[in-house]
Amino acid sequence: MMIKRTLSFVAMAAFSVSALAWQPSGKVECIAPADPGGGWDFTCRSVGNVMQELGLVEGSVQTVNMAGAGGGVAYAHTVSKRADDDKLIVAASTATTTRLAQKQFPGMDAGMVKWVGALGADYGIIAVSKDSEYQNLNQLFEAVKANPKSVKFSGGSARGGWDHLKVLIAAKAAGVEKLPSIPYLSYNNGGEAMTQVVGGQVDAFTGDVSEATGFMDSGDLRVLAVLSEERLPGKFSHIPTAREQGIDALGPNWRGFYMPEGASEESKEYWVAAVDTLYASEEWKKVMKSNGLIPFHPPANEFESFVRQQVKDIETLSREIGLLK
Amino acid sequence: METLGFLMEGFAVALTPYNLMFALFGAFVGTLIGCLPGLGPANGVAILIPLAFTLGLPPETAMILLTAVYAGAMYGGRISSILLNIPGDEPAMMTCLDGYPMAQKGRAADALAISAVASFAGGLIGTIGLIMLAPILAKFALTFGPAEYFALFLLAFATLGGITGKNPMKTVIAATIGIMISTVGIDISTGTQRYTFGVLELYEGIDFILAIVGLFAISELLFFVESRVGGGREKINVGKLTLSFKELVSTIPTQLRGGVLGFIAGVLPGAGASLGSFISYTLEKQVLGKKGKFGEGDIRGVVAPEAGNNGASSGALVPMLTLGVPGSGTTAVLLAMLISLNITPGPLMFTQNADIVWGVIAALLIGNVMLLLLNIPLVGFFVKLLSVPPMYLLPIVTMVAFVGIYSISHSTFDLYFMVAFGIAGYFLRKLEIPLVPIILGLLLGPEMEKNLGHALILSDGSWGILWGSPLAVGLWVVAGLGLVLPYVVGPLLRRRMNAAMKESPVSD
Repeated sequence: MMIKRTLSFVAMAAFSVSALAWQPSGKVECIAPADPGGGWDFTCRSVGNVMQELGLVEGSVQTVNMAGAGGGVAYAHTVSKRADDDKLIVAASTATTTRLAQKQFPGMDAGMVKWVGALGADYGIIAVSKDSEYQNLNQLFEAVKANPKSVKFSGGSARGGWDHLKVLIAAKAAGVEKLPSIPYLSYNNGGEAMTQVVGGQVDAFTGDVSEATGFMDSGDLRVLAVLSEERLPGKFSHIPTAREQGIDALGPNWRGFYMPEGASEESKEYWVAAVDTLYASEEWKKVMKSNGLIPFHPPANEFESFVRQQVKDIETLSREIGLLK
Repeated sequence: METLGFLMEGFAVALTPYNLMFALFGAFVGTLIGCLPGLGPANGVAILIPLAFTLGLPPETAMILLTAVYAGAMYGGRISSILLNIPGDEPAMMTCLDGYPMAQKGRAADALAISAVASFAGGLIGTIGLIMLAPILAKFALTFGPAEYFALFLLAFATLGGITGKNPMKTVIAATIGIMISTVGIDISTGTQRYTFGVLELYEGIDFILAIVGLFAISELLFFVESRVGGGREKINVGKLTLSFKELVSTIPTQLRGGVLGFIAGVLPGAGASLGSFISYTLEKQVLGKKGKFGEGDIRGVVAPEAGNNGASSGALVPMLTLGVPGSGTTAVLLAMLISLNITPGPLMFTQNADIVWGVIAALLIGNVMLLLLNIPLVGFFVKLLSVPPMYLLPIVTMVAFVGIYSISHSTFDLYFMVAFGIAGYFLRKLEIPLVPIILGLLLGPEMEKNLGHALILSDGSWGILWGSPLAVGLWVVAGLGLVLPYVVGPLLRRRMNAAMKESPVSD
């Protein structure tokens, strides 16, 4: 450890002499911890393209798909095999923090990588069918408070996954006490879960706002609340937030990156600045707009603590519902 | 009328040169796969899945390619039935009965031509049925809750052995193997890991595409290595086309009956194309009993089963697209592909992925026309291909399988898994354990479990919810019939079908 520190210090000194700022030379790798086509794959590819367009990287950004264990394979790979790679970033999202919090990456925790930054988010919503008796979030949670089993929720993640957690976050904020008793039906994806709500078999849907666009436009789904700080821009602006209904619940499903813990401080500084520049660019705004991403970008120095806080919150919540012992 | 609009949009998708090219390619390869004895449509589609991934095809193109292969295999199955008396696939068994006698009488060319026309008529009727029935059923599917879905999956399992299944016990074993494999990974109802033994690669469960390609494609290679059938077959002379227009017209009623019956058989879960061709042949024999010379080369004996099995192949797409429950082995493989492409079958697909659904349906119509055109003038070419030694074909299949699987996830772990499945498939086939129920178990097992869990959450633990609605009760009754009928009618039918079947293909 001592030697490593010294070496990196020497390297640092060498760098500061030879160049003012570190910049990756040659090819840069972005690991998407899933098969092509998913959200993480999209994060890597679109960020790679925009970075090349903006000239933030000298060479190309190559996307490497590394599926498995909901990101666990890529996490393990970064921690053990690429521990001091300066030219590697890995796509992450709330799904990553959820699994870290629930100890689903065995022997690994959120402190084993460097968290770079977020580039936008998809916000959680709670919705009911157009025929539902519930007109707003308060009515819904009053019913839950009176009898936790009275409202059945469906979502596109496993029990304890992000969609389930959003219900619990909101319920907790609304003052519901018996969180584990709230029935949650897990489906393979948000679409299946919504079909059950629209069909009238289940009472309420929990998911992300981008998933619900189809049924929202057709009028089959009534969105009671979005779990964001402020109202969302554009066509989502009519959806009330949970906050304005007096329920202080936030559920951003952010997209961003982490990098190896052993990577040099200069490289981290470089990547954080690159993400900032990218986020501010017109090119990225276009990508966000065409893909339904909503602004979300904690300041560079706060992202690391944001991630840690999210992990901690999820851990507490998971213990409360008995998912973690 | 709304449907017509969607269909027009579907044509717009299917008629782009890119998609058209893949439809043509799929139809061609499908026919080729169909006419090779032993390689059925399920194998054909399974073999082409990795190719779709290798080429990085967009979802609609991938599905168009695979459905074209599916339709093509249904056409191709008849070629070896007629010429060699060996069905190219299981649904083509009944075509042997009159097709081979026709060939022996020197009317092979006629049999091939009329069966191509019958396949076209059956495919067309089936696709029209699909266009009319699917949107209605998709809307109806919205009324399905967890209890109804549970009963529906139960029905699919109950009818799994189907009437053509040889040994019910082996079917049960196969389905159980499939369900067992499907339990590996995270259990979404409880959020806990099952059978993962701390191996990260197992956390998301076993990808059924791996299982399918391994079980079907790799085991095929192993069988080939074992038998070393290097020589290919002798060249066959097809003879000249003497089919008259009058004769063609005289078979039209048979084509219509066969197509409609086949379609109905196809829609029923578990029954599939084999039953479609069987009942349309049997009915034709009943209707024309005395007037026809069935079994001695009657032209209608070729027309009926071909119209039947092609009608059924489109019919089997109906429950797959609308409810997510495959009606046959091949549609199970197509379902696996859809899920891999992140598309959930069911009512939502008809609204959210309308371009894909209707593109595929339009491609089926176009594919049928292409297949008819391919199969009449090019029949000589396919006959020649029958004599190509498999030693040239199977290495290509294997290469595509490896490249394709690797290109899905870039994981060598998956390649080992695929090979393991291939070896397992080889031994299972040696034991005559059918492979299709394994795939169905793998696909439907978790769904059934999930819906049972959900139904019980909804009812607060009361089992009564499972038969709480008239729809659920209806499904239970059909499931009961599906389980019992094979024991009553099965032995009779099976004896007749087996008489026609000398070389056993994997399954429909």
